Amino acid sequence: MARPVKEKKPNDSSGKEDAIEVMATVIEPLPNAMFRVELENKHRVLAHISGKMRKNFIRILPGDRVAVELSPYDLTRGRIVYRYK
Amino acid sequence: MIVCKSSAELEKMHQAGLIVWGALEKMRGMIRPGISTKELDQFAEAYTTEHHARPAFKGYRGYPGSVCTSINQEVVHGIPSASRRVAEGDILSMDFGVELGGYFADAALTVPVGKIRPEREKLLRVTRESLDRAIDKVRPGNRLGDVSAAVQQWVEKEGFSVVREFVGHGIGTKMHEEPQVPNYGPPSQGPRLLEGMVLAIEPMVNTGSPAVKVLEDGWTAVTADSSDSAHFEHTVAVTANGPWILTRPRESAGPCW
Repeated sequence: MARPVKEKKPNDSSGKEDAIEVMATVIEPLPNAMFRVELENKHRVLAHISGKMRKNFIRILPGDRVAVELSPYDLTRGRIVYRYK
Repeated sequence: MIVCKSSAELEKMHQAGLIVWGALEKMRGMIRPGISTKELDQFAEAYTTEHHARPAFKGYRGYPGSVCTSINQEVVHGIPSASRRVAEGDILSMDFGVELGGYFADAALTVPVGKIRPEREKLLRVTRESLDRAIDKVRPGNRLGDVSAAVQQWVEKEGFSVVREFVGHGIGTKMHEEPQVPNYGPPSQGPRLLEGMVLAIEPMVNTGSPAVKVLEDGWTAVTADSSDSAHFEHTVAVTANGPWILTRPRESAGPCW
């Protein structure tokens, strides 16, 4: 079946928000403000601290419960965006 | 992104392609003045189910049939109907696709009904030859534009015109994938062809002007100036040794249809 010509869509630069936010616990700190965290589903994931948290001097220690944003393109990496009390 | 398929996947697509080819060849044999396009459609559907595949067009974006049957000035996407019968001297294009095991194949050919005028013979011959030439350009290292230009150059040399509003397409796990494969355009442009790419190349050629309009049924495309139109299509894979026409038996040789 022939396809009707489609104009090439210009790339939408909206910076889409399709990150998946999950809760996790910090397992161990790694160099360069990276942390190994364990998600609720027992998956262990490499996460880095977000710029906002750095800016506000928020520290993270093993055992903290944090919110992690996972990329849909690589579910083994994430960004720590919040530390819960 | 243009998906490249592994040789195992190409084999699966070839299986689908053989069903398309088998059905179209049988349908070619069924053509006689007076036959309705619906009969061909029903045959194709039954043939496909017997071979444990699924007709790909039915329900695709709401299309009501399994086959596209386009007569004379209809370019593509003619909807089969019991009241539409072909007559001696007509040219009929049949476009068919199936899905088997998650992979698609798509092919088409235009056939004469009985004896046809020499101008129509020429149209069919030139369109078929343009597909042969396009397929010949499907090699690793060539660019997509080489394929498109091959069709355009051959067709326009003979005084016919190439339809702009519809294009060929990549094919694989979906019926329509990237890239779009126009039948016109400059050579040496566009993405490089790599091993594993699969394209459905479908020249659509008019005797008059290339303009096309879609009828009120929302599908049937006709030439704007009511001139005749022909359509041939094959699903072709890029392999290291050149083009592999998935929609016909491997051992086949000679013109593609």
